[in-house]
Amino acid sequence: MSKRRPYVRPMDGWWLKNPYYVRYMSREATSLFVGVYALILLAGMVSLACGETAYNNWLMAMTNPVSIGFHLAALAAAIYHTITWFAVAPKVMPALFLAGKRVPDIAITTTQYAIAVVLYLGLFCMVWRV
Amino acid sequence: MTDIEKTIEIEVMRYHPEQDASPVFKTYRIPYASDQSVLQGLQYIKDYIDGTLSFRWSCRMAICGSCGVMINNQPKLSCKTFLRDYYPGKIRVEALQHLPIERDLVIDATDFINKLESIKPYIVPREARSLEQGEYLQTPEQLARYEQFSSCINCMLCYAACPQYGLKPEFTGPGVLALLHRYNADSRDGARADRMQIVNAEEGVWGCTLVGYCSEVCPKQVDPAAAVNRNKVNSTLDYFLRFLMPGGGESG
Repeated sequence: MSKRRPYVRPMDGWWLKNPYYVRYMSREATSLFVGVYALILLAGMVSLACGETAYNNWLMAMTNPVSIGFHLAALAAAIYHTITWFAVAPKVMPALFLAGKRVPDIAITTTQYAIAVVLYLGLFCMVWRV
Repeated sequence: MTDIEKTIEIEVMRYHPEQDASPVFKTYRIPYASDQSVLQGLQYIKDYIDGTLSFRWSCRMAICGSCGVMINNQPKLSCKTFLRDYYPGKIRVEALQHLPIERDLVIDATDFINKLESIKPYIVPREARSLEQGEYLQTPEQLARYEQFSSCINCMLCYAACPQYGLKPEFTGPGVLALLHRYNADSRDGARADRMQIVNAEEGVWGCTLVGYCSEVCPKQVDPAAAVNRNKVNSTLDYFLRFLMPGGGESG
């Protein structure tokens, strides 16, 4: 008779046991902020469709300190998510070859930052009409 | 104090299936030397303190992939990890995480081996060639498309790093999917269609949530996370191309 009795360790609280997993879960949790932010924007669109009073009420609600606090937290979460996304992008896209040589991961990540900076500068110029 | 007088404490996970209900930890004090690996520390324990300690090892030079263990909660090859990196602190050695423990530091690799066999981990020639026709030639770019993934030594550190595998053991897992990619990405191979069935399955690449720790712990810089996630693109193309192409598409 076999004396084997392989022991399988429980997975309870697994993500707290390694700082790498904590960072992973924080990255995933940023989606909650993005989700709530999208709902708030949607509410703004609906109120805009409902008329001026409704839209002004929504704008008023946005000036509430709780709302401003949430938006700052959502901004921080979105920035963190973007940084992690830029870092993993070379892993999720098909391997890129230029003139027979593999494009290094760092070049892909840096290019994304460069594009982001250009886009944001363009956006700010448009909004503030510089 | 010279190296000869120094000692270091190693806490080792022990599990005897006939005596213990669950693993227990035992602490051993062994002589310290700056050039000693954790594997040599375990060997010292087995040779001079407690001969019942069980662990796997073979080459002592990070190529056989046998000596993977958790060292202070990180998956590492014990032959490639040195006592000096922890001294004077304590070292805690456990069996590889997420894998069933057979005894002490020995894990049951059956699941991994079965999965490895299932992906046809060998080249199935795309076109039959006779000896007279000579070897299959590749350009440097064709080699670069799979070379890093061919460095895998089947050490299973990436499985110990993957919480998705721990939560759902049916997940094919990082190492096997990286090797699958190694053969699919090879210009000489022709078994892509068979392997895509494994890639596309629920237990295939879609079981991965890109934690990314597998690539972090890989002692051979294989980057299994990249292999798995690039195949999410391939899997998606595979899915949509079959609607467009007669007989299903072959994605790059």
